[in-house]
Amino acid sequence: MSKFTLSRRTLLTSAVLGGSGLLLGSCNVLDGLDRDSSVRDVLESANNLTYRVQRALAGPNALAEEFTEADIRQPQRPNGITNPDDEDYKAFLANNFADWRLEVSGLVAKPLSYSLAQLQAMPSRTQITRHDCVEGWSCIAKWIGVPLSLVLDEAAPKPSARYVVFYCMDTIEQDLSGSFKYYGSIDLIDARHPQTILAYGMNGRPLPVENGAPLRVRVERQLGYKMPKYLRKIELVDSLAAIGMGHGGYWEDNGYEWYGGI
Amino acid sequence: MIDGPFESQQAVKRPLIYRQFLWTRLTHWVWAVAIFFLLLSGLQIFNAHPTLYLGKQSGFGFSNEVLAMGAEDGPAGPVGYTRILGMHFNTTGVLGLSVVDDTPTNRGFPAWATIPSYQDLGTGRVVHFFFAWVLVITLAGWLVGSLFNGHLRRDLAPRGADLRALPGDIVNHLKFRFHHTRDYNTLQKLAYGGILFVVLPLLILTGLAMSPTMDAVVPFLVDALGGRQTARTIHFCMMLLIVGFFLVHMVMILAAGPLNELRSIITGWYRLDPSFGSHDAEKAEK
Repeated sequence: MSKFTLSRRTLLTSAVLGGSGLLLGSCNVLDGLDRDSSVRDVLESANNLTYRVQRALAGPNALAEEFTEADIRQPQRPNGITNPDDEDYKAFLANNFADWRLEVSGLVAKPLSYSLAQLQAMPSRTQITRHDCVEGWSCIAKWIGVPLSLVLDEAAPKPSARYVVFYCMDTIEQDLSGSFKYYGSIDLIDARHPQTILAYGMNGRPLPVENGAPLRVRVERQLGYKMPKYLRKIELVDSLAAIGMGHGGYWEDNGYEWYGGI
Repeated sequence: MIDGPFESQQAVKRPLIYRQFLWTRLTHWVWAVAIFFLLLSGLQIFNAHPTLYLGKQSGFGFSNEVLAMGAEDGPAGPVGYTRILGMHFNTTGVLGLSVVDDTPTNRGFPAWATIPSYQDLGTGRVVHFFFAWVLVITLAGWLVGSLFNGHLRRDLAPRGADLRALPGDIVNHLKFRFHHTRDYNTLQKLAYGGILFVVLPLLILTGLAMSPTMDAVVPFLVDALGGRQTARTIHFCMMLLIVGFFLVHMVMILAAGPLNELRSIITGWYRLDPSFGSHDAEKAEK
């Protein structure tokens, strides 16, 4: 039987045990996981594993949970740009988007251009879904739009097409080197998912400006940053290397993972 | 005391036994490292939206908040607060408001508690998900290995005698009175078993329930957990339990004789109390 007494060795051991944790955190030795560090490459390999496993588990058609009208308890919380200051956007808005067109281009047999009225005349899908922000919060809203798969069917992607890239009208970043408008991308599996829609309406009304008017994409099995707002162009590509800084989207170029399913 | 001046003379009476399998020691240290990184990157992720809710969604137009951290203006400058179930606490300097680069900054947990120290959600997620895989794979490997090598049956499964010994064991712990025996005592079995079979599985399941793709694969999981925001809150609470376990774990190691305890989880060898073998400690006491 031993009594609890503090010896010098005990004290030293406790200092090491307790101190090492604090030290690691406090002296910032764990910082410096910049985009191009090799340590980060190793850590990011786990994201590829997550992507493969989740794709294998979910398959192309597993649906995100849909909710009821009673679950719509608040306006959809907007995030990112909520009121674009871009001149072309403001001109479209002033005219209630009558002059606005959605361009579909890239690796397609038939490049297309849609007016808002044309999109609204196509078969639509309505879904009450939960929007999960990468920050951690969630919000349930009802979305109506045209399935992206229908648009893709009309444009007829070439066999080499692998990704759908979304180009937006809102300037997300402005600095000395210029300004960037929001952009993002998904693969064709998510693009053809039944719940992936080009939404023009929300909670029974036209899509509000803060939520991406006139058109935003809903990708219900991924996080909010994968659902660009203020769409103007959809481009089909075989590689993301030439898009922005090559990671497939604005936030991806700023350190977020391309696959936002987790 | 194992580290008293008479250690060498006592060695005869206090035999060294091989107490911990290599597999137990290896997995212990792997998830010790994994949990360290998961904790600090998890606090980074939490800081991106330092509010917890109950239910399917976050209440912005209604209130289902259970915890929030933030900063507000006070009469003498900015004040950091933590609100738990509507109760307001001033936590300036640590939670809600802390100093970053000599500047008081509005952030949930302070820079010394997060990876990276600065606000960087993307990197926090990269670190978190990497070590989440490490933890899950190690835990699965530990479970399979421990089923085969007898660690589960021999060391962790509570027996009738353990339950009968519980009151005395609690008294022993409260008095910092420790027996060094071959077997874990009752509270050890409950603590280790609770972490390995309740807390860590719940942490993993609530983590998965926060993934929108996993919610499409197993929608009943997030529903059973009470909705995504409840899952996030449970995830946070399980983290607190892990931190609490860690602190008690450290105190117990120090109190029971840190060199002997550390030796057994590093080399496997453990020095017993004089003439105490398996289960003998409790009997000898009476």
